[in-house]
Amino acid sequence: MAKVRGAIVVDVEKCKGCGLCVVACPSKVIDLAKEVNGKGYNYAYMANPDACIGCANCAIVCPDTVITVYKVNTEANV
Amino acid sequence: MDVKDIIKEENLVYGKTKLLTDNIMHYCPGCTHGVVHKVLAEVIDEMGIQEKTIGVAPVGCSVLAYNYIDIDWHEAAHGRAPALATAINRLYPDKYVFTYQGDGDLASIGTAEIIHACNRGENIVVIFINNGIYGMTGGQMAPTSILDMPTSTTPYGRKVELNGYPLKITDLIAQLPGTCYVTRQSGHTPAAVRKLKKAITKAFENVGKKKGTSFIEVVSTCNSGWKLSPVKANEWMVEHMFPFYPIGDFKDE
Ligand SMILES: Cc1ncc(C[n+]2csc(CCOP(=O)(O)OP(=O)(O)O)c2C)c(N)n1
Ligand code: SF4
Ligand code: SF4
Ligand code: SF4
Ligand SMILES: [Mg+2]
Repeated sequence: MAKVRGAIVVDVEKCKGCGLCVVACPSKVIDLAKEVNGKGYNYAYMANPDACIGCANCAIVCPDTVITVYKVNTEANV
Repeated sequence: MDVKDIIKEENLVYGKTKLLTDNIMHYCPGCTHGVVHKVLAEVIDEMGIQEKTIGVAPVGCSVLAYNYIDIDWHEAAHGRAPALATAINRLYPDKYVFTYQGDGDLASIGTAEIIHACNRGENIVVIFINNGIYGMTGGQMAPTSILDMPTSTTPYGRKVELNGYPLKITDLIAQLPGTCYVTRQSGHTPAAVRKLKKAITKAFENVGKKKGTSFIEVVSTCNSGWKLSPVKANEWMVEHMFPFYPIGDFKDE
């Protein structure tokens, strides 16, 4: 079975810490940081990066469209 | 495999469409307006109709929608977006004209305009953001506020005796022969956003086919007005709004 790995990049300064991506993620990858960005929001970050499957669910529901998603098939690299 | 080996241009699977500008949206964190703006921008981008699309922005929280989607826009007086869209469509029949309206805008002050534009079958798309409240002005009751819903003007909840019944305007619109496609969608989960995107795509395709008015209600949240967190607002919407405003197609001709 092909193993898929994903990763997200959050535009930290534009994130509003709404938390909608956190509940949309099927793999519990995302959490809100304890630190805040320049606007005072607890921004989203990959708390559990190894679990990301690159499904883009988080990015699709983000009202501010600040998440970019990357995905690789790791088997191709074995 | 290290995260930095995954984050490479060739592995990109989802990013912001170029049609969304780099302006930071003024909406509250978690507001549904942002989700619908994103989907609209993606559809216009993917259909390759950026140069042919003209939006009509409303009065309400989305009054500044023109700052966020890189197309031509007009700003309408409160509730009058369908009248302005009618004029634009008749002057430029080959453009893709849409209105973007809240429930206060469309179902209260603009009831006459929307009913008649839909009844005339104007060849436009209507995006109707129903968050059951006047978001911009401080969360007052709207015609669409559901029974027992607390708002700033009905702090103990909307009551029939005092406030009348909530208005299911989409059900009325679906009766009008000028409409070709009438649907109610939402945008609170990845699956809902994907369905919303299909619906908006179909609506814009209908304009290309000159089929008449396509009307898309998006059952939405106004977490600030509802005084809930964004996540809790979505839960409240599913529990309380969806039974009264069920998701699905009314008409697809
Ligand atoms: C002629 C006129 N009457 C009233 C207002 C005040 N006003 C501004 S926005 C609004 C309602 C907005 O509610 P809605 O359309 O539901 O949009 P939302 O902010 O909830 O997205 C009202 C009554 C106005 N700007 N112009
Ligand atoms: S959904 Fe977007 S704005 Fe909200 S917390 Fe996640 S990344 Fe930030
Ligand atoms: S891409 Fe999918 S798995 Fe990865 S963080 Fe986003 S929702 Fe979670
Ligand atoms: S007041 Fe409500 S509708 Fe307006 S931006 Fe805030 S959450 Fe969105
Ligand atoms: Mg509203």
